[in-house]
Amino acid sequence: MHIPDGFVDLKTAISTGVVSAGGLAAAIYKVKSYFKAKVIALMGVMSALIFALQMINFSIPGGTSGHLLGGALAAIVLGPSAGVVVIVVVLIVQAFIFMDGGIIALGANIFNMAIIGVYGSYLIYWLISKTSKSRIIFFTAVALASWISVVVASFFAALELGISGTYAMGTTLKAMTGIHAIIGIGEAIITVAVIAFINKVRPDLILTRKGDLR
Amino acid sequence: MTGRQNYTFVLIGIIAALIIAMFISVFASSFPDGLEKVAENLGFINKAEQVVPESAFLIPDYVFGGVENEFWQTSLAGLSGVLIILAVFGAVYLIYKAAGKKK
Repeated sequence: MHIPDGFVDLKTAISTGVVSAGGLAAAIYKVKSYFKAKVIALMGVMSALIFALQMINFSIPGGTSGHLLGGALAAIVLGPSAGVVVIVVVLIVQAFIFMDGGIIALGANIFNMAIIGVYGSYLIYWLISKTSKSRIIFFTAVALASWISVVVASFFAALELGISGTYAMGTTLKAMTGIHAIIGIGEAIITVAVIAFINKVRPDLILTRKGDLR
Repeated sequence: MTGRQNYTFVLIGIIAALIIAMFISVFASSFPDGLEKVAENLGFINKAEQVVPESAFLIPDYVFGGVENEFWQTSLAGLSGVLIILAVFGAVYLIYKAAGKKK
């Protein structure tokens, strides 16, 4: 869902850029409070892993593909603040080295996939997982948070295209959320798989989870 | 890093990222992604602009220049991306260590 340059106008690029910069600054400030060598190492590995997983486009019906965004994965394992930083690094490297996502549109892409993708998914995860400590509820929260993060990110991407006058707002919103409702299933499957693996080998490294799963 | 187990976990993560970026990425679907597909269907894909010339990018479109073979173009692009990101956090780690020593 990396928006290329030309799809968002200058006012949209600047306003999303300002919000993204503020969100990133707040996230860095927050991360610094629990900054330890271990956290930095985990953030680096998570960022590299999400970059790698984002390269794997999977096909969905209709000649379309999708790939992991990773916002929910990073948020649930490392917490939302570290998650934002992890995704922002991926997006900056993609935009400046790999020409993936526009330079002017970078603020919009950070807003959709890092700020909304991370905090949005974390909110859903937090709301569901606080109801019970059972394993089923935990993985339901992970799956739903990942799926919703993709759909909501695509909603905001469509909103930005609509505001920019790139295409009619209503049609774009419907088309974008519709197609990403399917891509989001892939996001949920990959996120659940990776978190299930971490939960098996090092459950203590899922930093947002307090106490053992029953 | 503290503890041998953490070290092992980080190593496993890095190896997994390298395998995915270098060897699984070459099997990725080449269909347009969700946004591109919507832009094609609705007919605004041609609004995409190249603001910065392609030659300014180190590895445009995940194609590692200098090699002919398509497999290695993608594979080396993946390797570069993983190493660049690890270098960013490696730098943060070194700054953190250096700052800690001053205290």
